[in-house]
Amino acid sequence: MRAFKFTPSSEPEAAVKAVKANSEAKFIAGGTNLIDLMKEGIEGPSELVDISRLNLTQIRSTSTGISIGSLAKNSDTANHPLVRRDFPMLTQAILSGATAQIRNMATNGGNIAQRTRCPYFYEVSVNCNKRRPGSGCSSLEGYNRNHSIFGFSDKCAAVNPSDMSVALAALDASVNVLGADGKTRVIKFNDFHRLPGDTPQRDNNLEHGELITSIEIPKSNFAPHSYYLKVGDRASHSFALVSVAAALELDGGKIKQARIAMGGVAPKPWRAYAAEKFLAGKTPSEENFSAAADSEMKAAIPLEHNGFKIELGKRAIVLALKRAAAGNA
Amino acid sequence: MTNGIDDREPGTEAELQLQADEEILLDELGIFGESRRKFLGKVAAAGLGALVLEIVAEQKALAFDAAEPSLSPLTVENPVTVSFSVNGMKKSIELDSRMTLLDALRERLALTGSKKGCDHGQCGACTVMIDGRRVLACLTLTAQCEGREITTIEGLSHGADLHPMQTAFIKHDGFQCGFCTPGQICSAVALMQEAKNGELSYVTADVRQKTATIKLSDDEIRERMSGNLCRCGAYPNIVAAIREVHTGKATDPMAELPLEVENASV
Ligand SMILES: Cc1cc2nc3c(=O)[nH]c(=O)nc-3n(C[C@H](O)[C@H](O)[C@H](O)COP(=O)(O)OP(=O)(O)OC[C@H]3O[C@@H](n4cnc5c(N)ncnc54)[C@H](O)[C@@H]3O)c2cc1C
Ligand code: FES
Ligand code: FES
Repeated sequence: MRAFKFTPSSEPEAAVKAVKANSEAKFIAGGTNLIDLMKEGIEGPSELVDISRLNLTQIRSTSTGISIGSLAKNSDTANHPLVRRDFPMLTQAILSGATAQIRNMATNGGNIAQRTRCPYFYEVSVNCNKRRPGSGCSSLEGYNRNHSIFGFSDKCAAVNPSDMSVALAALDASVNVLGADGKTRVIKFNDFHRLPGDTPQRDNNLEHGELITSIEIPKSNFAPHSYYLKVGDRASHSFALVSVAAALELDGGKIKQARIAMGGVAPKPWRAYAAEKFLAGKTPSEENFSAAADSEMKAAIPLEHNGFKIELGKRAIVLALKRAAAGNA
Repeated sequence: MTNGIDDREPGTEAELQLQADEEILLDELGIFGESRRKFLGKVAAAGLGALVLEIVAEQKALAFDAAEPSLSPLTVENPVTVSFSVNGMKKSIELDSRMTLLDALRERLALTGSKKGCDHGQCGACTVMIDGRRVLACLTLTAQCEGREITTIEGLSHGADLHPMQTAFIKHDGFQCGFCTPGQICSAVALMQEAKNGELSYVTADVRQKTATIKLSDDEIRERMSGNLCRCGAYPNIVAAIREVHTGKATDPMAELPLEVENASV
């Protein structure tokens, strides 16, 4: 691991200033992603600015919904009474990820900013445009079973690994950040992560030194009919092959509004807008769920080894919608 | 000081002495491991416990009284000084900013109970508790631990009194080689508190329902312990040990073994 200067911080502004002043500096929160990548030699910051003690851990209701501190732990967030009551799908998504120990360390800001688990990104001896821009993508011609079927480019097909982000995308969350000039800005969740295009090295739209301060989720009526389904190679402790966050607002036996986002299928949490549109005004039946899934998955483009994700994705959408409709949250 | 190794000088001689002692200990554990299955059949749980107790106590004494070996100053870059408490004892050490808590515990504080399995957060062998919550020492920077209270496997027993979870692991044969065991036990101890607090898991049926405490089914135990891998596959016995502590209902490990197989076929 490259040697680094350790800089404690107690105020968000000071932390932002410290990272902004050094182009090789990074924030460290729970460290569960960053330390791993530093041990592998994939990240090599010359300075770590410790934000784990910043007073950004509150979870509270606001006039428009809920505000979740960026430094609140994943486990505390999942178990918070307000989150459980109003956004149970977020609770499920967080709890489906990693392990109890990791969720006790991981923070919300770190979770949505975590990097891909593409094995070629993790292997420093092979080409990877995300790790070494311009070197080429090993996954497109290599073993791409775990890779994208939506939104990828000829530069990168890695998927975003965050479960929490899939639920946040479905719930139309937004991300509050503090910039180097001391100004704050709001990034809609759908604009937070980036598609790779020609710049796969950039996972999200944060500028260097910008600090995530909180995540906001607007009020909704999805709580009674929502579900986060995760399908992986193991029942627990594995990243998603495919996951689905499904939420329905039901009104007089009809679907007033549907929200569906998928994980494991794209470089960012994938909102299934086509399926959502199809379901609006329909009855919550298996036929309709199936047709909605087809309408979304027909746009998928399989790579050599991940064609199975299309059928798996369809079935996962249908099952998640069935569980949401049944009120399983 | 009762173990007779308190007068060692810090440095290479002390380290050699420590290694030799550890080897003796490992030998003992090895011999013990081989004959353990025969033992189980013959010896009452109490008798077996006493033998293990002796080893645990010895290991503990060794760890706490070991001189803190100092690293060569050349290897320390960007030194940071961190003060924290480990198993109730105040510690203050200067170390390289890169040093993980796992390496600090093992290499600087001679607390070798916490194990380095994968060093990447994937196996749980390094599980310790910080301020009462289970975490992974291999992904924790020691520099971030200022003022924290750390509990390792060495801190769970009091002298000869084993923690109930340790006793249950011994009784139910919740290990084979034992490498994952310190992490399993730390994890399981923290899990008991999480269940008392009503904390949820991905397999909890209704997350919207208010819960004071959670009664753990075997599925719940398995899901919540999924961060602790065991190469020896002692999982059923680990679940049995945790179930016993969680429910407070003692079960007979021998009764759970199928003694006779009827109509067996291969
Ligand atoms: C074995 C293992 C299994 C896992 N399985 C899963 C899984 O199944 N599902 C899943 O979703 N995740 C999984 N994870 C990933 C885990 O959820 C993330 O590592 C964790 O959420 C990251 O949070 P952190 O606070 O530790 O981030 P850190 O490691 O501290 O930081 C990660 C990145 O975010 C940046 N950052 C952190 N906080 C901020 C902030 N406030 N503002 C701006 N930038 C910030 C850091 O600079 C760094 O680049 C797994 C991890 C491991 C090790
Ligand atoms: S050594 Fe820490 S999780 Fe494997
Ligand atoms: S007892 Fe050998 S790894 Fe678990």
